[in-house]
Amino acid sequence: MAAPIKQHRMIGSVYPPLRRAGMALVTLLCMLFAACGGDTGPDTRNVLNRGIGAEPESLDYHKARSSQAGDVQRDLGEGLAGYTPEGELVPRAALRWEVSDDGLEYRFWLRPDARWSTGEPVTAEDFVYSFRRLVDPATASSYAQSIIDVRNAEAILAGEKATEELAATAEGEFLLHVGLERPAPYFLALLTHQSMFPVHRASVEQHGEAFTRPGNLVTNGAYRLLEWELGSLVELERNENYWDNGSTAIDRVRHHFVTEPAVELNRYRAGELHITSNVPPEAFARMRDTHPGELRVAPYLNVYYYGFNLTKPPFRDNPELRRALSLAIDREALTESVTGRGETPAWSWVPPGVHNYEEQRFPYSTMSHEERESAAQLAYRQSGYGEGKPLTIEIRYNTSDTHQRIALAIQSMWRDVLGVEATLVNEEFQVLLSNMRAKEVTQVFRSSWLGDYNDANTFLQVMLSDAPSNLTGYANEEFDALVSKAAMQTDPEERRRYMQEAESLLLADHPVIPIYFFVSKHLVSPRVGGWGDNVLDYHYSQHLSLSPE
Amino acid sequence: MLRFALLRILSAIPTLFLVVVLAFLMVHAAPGGPFDQERVLPPENARNLAAAYHLDEPLPRQFGRYVSRLVRGDLGPSYYYRDHSVSDLIGAALPKSLQLGLLSMALALLVGISAGTTAALKRDTLLDRFVTGFSMTGISVPVFVIAPLLVLVFAVQLRWLPASWSGSAGFDRLLLPVLALSLPQIAYVTRLVRASMIEVLSSDFIRTARAQGLSTMSIIRYHALKPAMLPVVSYLGPATAAVLTGAVVVEIVFGVPGLGQLFVRGALNRDYTLVLGIVIFYAILIILLNLLVDLLYGFLDPRIREA
Repeated sequence: MAAPIKQHRMIGSVYPPLRRAGMALVTLLCMLFAACGGDTGPDTRNVLNRGIGAEPESLDYHKARSSQAGDVQRDLGEGLAGYTPEGELVPRAALRWEVSDDGLEYRFWLRPDARWSTGEPVTAEDFVYSFRRLVDPATASSYAQSIIDVRNAEAILAGEKATEELAATAEGEFLLHVGLERPAPYFLALLTHQSMFPVHRASVEQHGEAFTRPGNLVTNGAYRLLEWELGSLVELERNENYWDNGSTAIDRVRHHFVTEPAVELNRYRAGELHITSNVPPEAFARMRDTHPGELRVAPYLNVYYYGFNLTKPPFRDNPELRRALSLAIDREALTESVTGRGETPAWSWVPPGVHNYEEQRFPYSTMSHEERESAAQLAYRQSGYGEGKPLTIEIRYNTSDTHQRIALAIQSMWRDVLGVEATLVNEEFQVLLSNMRAKEVTQVFRSSWLGDYNDANTFLQVMLSDAPSNLTGYANEEFDALVSKAAMQTDPEERRRYMQEAESLLLADHPVIPIYFFVSKHLVSPRVGGWGDNVLDYHYSQHLSLSPE
Repeated sequence: MLRFALLRILSAIPTLFLVVVLAFLMVHAAPGGPFDQERVLPPENARNLAAAYHLDEPLPRQFGRYVSRLVRGDLGPSYYYRDHSVSDLIGAALPKSLQLGLLSMALALLVGISAGTTAALKRDTLLDRFVTGFSMTGISVPVFVIAPLLVLVFAVQLRWLPASWSGSAGFDRLLLPVLALSLPQIAYVTRLVRASMIEVLSSDFIRTARAQGLSTMSIIRYHALKPAMLPVVSYLGPATAAVLTGAVVVEIVFGVPGLGQLFVRGALNRDYTLVLGIVIFYAILIILLNLLVDLLYGFLDPRIREA
């Protein structure tokens, strides 16, 4: 018996590395778990947790471009004007303003009590600096067009004039003058956009690109930046120096980045989010039944459309064919059974609910479904197609379940009503984008347009012949003339008339088929108070409150 | 050993350079650019943006600019996340991926080795069938099914654990993602260990050890475990790399801000520098892990060391 025991010991001494490896593994496991803990749990008192979709690409007002960035920025900063929860335009950083009779000169009297998060006053010079920075070619802002109506902005952007020549000047510590190139009656609405918020000069100059980091970022809104955990969340804290701090109810706001609506829904149901940015299509009906008071659906300034490439056959010079295809789309069926989340059928290009505007509609919007089908068949034949010569086209859309289902439905509607042979081509978003811009291979494509401010101009200007976002190649001088006449017009009535006329013309030409108007969809916890539905889908955290659990 | 390691690292430099060239060409060949969106920019803005990021220069010049920065260890600014540099973004995501990946692998090894060895010892018993069946399920059920199920049960219904990373600041936010990520690994390791343990246990030197009267536990500990680990070790390198880099689904479902989802977002946003940065990082990681595995081999099997 002695020998094996001896051998046993000997083997044992040869193999300790293995035992050590096992021990190390267990230790590593414990250490890693320990390293991940440490922090105390989140303070749940008066902390609002909002899902906002994708991570903002920047918190710099002049560099960001996504709606998610806007959601955070509207909590951090404040422009001369802003909106109430119901979407009414009101002065914010300005106390009041005056506009000259020709609609070209604006004077803003700023609030003397407006403060940066550092406690310094917000002055007219701050706005001048910010507007110059926005238009400066060196800033390379994606939103420089917000300020394009201000005198000299275009030349500065093109590098032909110095930024100091921008017609925005401080006439006193709290008096700001802005001169416009042309009367742009939507200018006040533009001022609510985050690209027109002021940035804090001293911190921009001190920190450079890093001025938006926590600890560096100085803001003039209801909240200040506490933390930005990359890929995860942005956390904001009440700005004690804000002039209207007394009205702010919620102490902390966490904007969580969740790209997948299904994941966001789970987090809402697990009690981690008070507000979601979306509701997944497959869960919409269920949530409407089980959480009726929590589902908030409201019209939204966003149109889903199919565009035609007008630079190439078969759609060039054939408005009748385009009309036939528009007539053949049963929008009610699409919004009821394909999208099914409260979207409304689109019979106009400008969505309903736009300030000082009555949307124009296709004349056939009042027809019955059957009447439209026969009108479609007639127009199809008149456009030179028919049973013997069916139209063969491609429908391009970017890869997504919703887009695919809509494309399938439209493909079958066109086939059933007209006999059109459409093939579906799905492409990654960036691929579709470059195809639409090149206008070489596209025939029919899916896109959408989201309004930047509450004015019909934000929709009509897209279809101007020289508009960069005009993906159809539509060019109608009469339309262009009407839109620019409207932009020159100071009388609201006259202006509305020009814009409505322009839209009617656009609809008759059928460069696009508006299909439906989006709705904003949120789940809002019963604990959240002060929520208001509005067409811009702006929900400032400073207007919200949180009742105790 | 040191010389071997150094030689291997040096020989990896041309490989790395090739990776950089190919990745650079591929990201630029993809249609679209980092500043393209539905809202097409006016030409002046687009020009200013392109100039700010030197995207208006010819490709070879851009490549030269990139490489000269790279050799100084600078991965450049992110084109999409304009407030951050690529190093910032990778630096923030890496610790999360490491926590998630290493914990999952450690758990997989711990559970997998124990379960595999037990199954091999109790071969053809009910316990063995259970372990084999469990690991079969673990391999065949995809993680995008397991992960949401875990959330539904433990976060939504029972509310025991957070549904996501930002739902808690404590270590409990790691439990579900680690479990989801390690389940298939546990299953795989179990099967590997079971098969190789059965083979080792039937070899001559084990029979000798038994003949000498050693207890089963001693045989496993001192004789069988080490040779049985060889297939696991060769699996370990690629598996660790896969877990560190390929946890995209788990990261998205549990909202873990790790490298996987950063990479996917970078690719979709045409964030050239971010994609390149992560590709280079992955390449280095895989080269290092393979080296580590080769060194471990030498440690476990003297024949390889001598060769």
